[in-house]
Amino acid sequence: MRSKRTRTRKALPSTYTPAPGHRFNVGDRVVIKRAFPPGHRRTPCYIRGKEGVIERICGAFPNPEELAYGFDGEPAKVLYRVRFNQKHVWPDYQGPARDLIEMEIFEHWLAPASGRAQTAGPTQSG
Amino acid sequence: MSAMSDTAFDYYSHRKHDHEHDDHAPVAGEAEGPPSDYEIMSRAMQELLEAKGVVTAEEIRRRMEIFEEEFPYRGSRVIARAWTDPAFRARLLEDGKAACAEMGVELEATRLIAVENTPDVHNVIVCTLCSCYPRELLGMPPTWYKSDNYRARVVREPRSVLKEFGTVLPDNVTVRVHDSNADMRYVVVPIRPQGTKDWSEEQLAEILTRDTLVGVTVPQAPGKA
Repeated sequence: MRSKRTRTRKALPSTYTPAPGHRFNVGDRVVIKRAFPPGHRRTPCYIRGKEGVIERICGAFPNPEELAYGFDGEPAKVLYRVRFNQKHVWPDYQGPARDLIEMEIFEHWLAPASGRAQTAGPTQSG
Repeated sequence: MSAMSDTAFDYYSHRKHDHEHDDHAPVAGEAEGPPSDYEIMSRAMQELLEAKGVVTAEEIRRRMEIFEEEFPYRGSRVIARAWTDPAFRARLLEDGKAACAEMGVELEATRLIAVENTPDVHNVIVCTLCSCYPRELLGMPPTWYKSDNYRARVVREPRSVLKEFGTVLPDNVTVRVHDSNADMRYVVVPIRPQGTKDWSEEQLAEILTRDTLVGVTVPQAPGKA
C-alpha cells in the first residue's frame, strides 16, 4: 500500500509552472511542437511537428515527464486528444485520405496552428 | 517495411494454433532455462515484501489469478451489455469508467474511452510507446500487442496489419487508429453481427473476443464466417 506520508516525503515539487484552465478547445487546430528534449516524454516522435485538431479535453493529469523522475507531477497538465489525418502524418500513407489517427497530447506540447487547415475537423467521421 | 521480418511478432503462429493459447502466463512463457535477471529481481523483491509483511504470497497468487481468470472476461460482458441496452451504450460512450462501475466492474486505475465502430468507421487500438492496454477489462496484453512490429506498423499501415488479422475494410470505411500513449485506456465497441437478434448477453459475450475489443478483428456470428 502506498501511504500518503511516504509519497509526500519522497516527491519533490515540480519544476514546471502552473497552467490554469485549458488553452485549447474542441475543434481548435494545433501543431505538436517539433522538439526532441531528452527524458521521459509521452509525445511520440512520429507526431512531432504535425498538425491536428483537438478531439476532446481529457482533463488534468500529473505530468508524466516529472513523475518518471520521482517528482510529484504537480501542477497537473491538461491532456487533450488530438486527431490527425494519416496522409498528413505519413506522406507515403497508402490508405484512403479519410483515415485518421488520434492520440493524447499534453498542453505544453501544443501550439496554435496557423494558415490553411490541413486536418479534418472532428465531425468528419462522427 | 517487410511484413514478417520480426520474429517476435507471432500472431501468425497464434492463429495456427487450434487450442487455447495461454497469453496470460505471469512469467512470459519462455521454455525451460535459467531465470532471467528480471525474474530473479522480481522474485527477490517479492520475498523481501513478504518478509516485511507488506504482502503475502497468497495475495500475490490471488492477484495473478484475477488477471488470468477474471479480468479477461470483463470487457466482453460490458460490451455485450452495450449491444443489448442502448441507454447503457450511450453512458459507456460518455464515461466508460462510470458505466463499467454500474455493472460492478470497478476500473481502479483506468480512465476508459469506449470507441464505437459504425458502418463508416473502424477503430483499432495500439500503444506505440510501450504496451498500455485496458488490463482491468481484457487481462494481460497478448504478445503481438506488445511487439515492435504491431506497434510500429499499425499506426502507419493499419489496413495492411488488419488484413493480416483477416480484417479487410473497404475504402469507404474510415480507419481510426488510437495511440494509447498517455493516461486514457481504450476499448472498441464492435458492430453487432446480423443473426444475433435473439441472443442473450452471455451468448453475445462469447463472440466478443479480446481481439474484437482491441479492433484487430470483428465479431462474427457462428456459421457466417
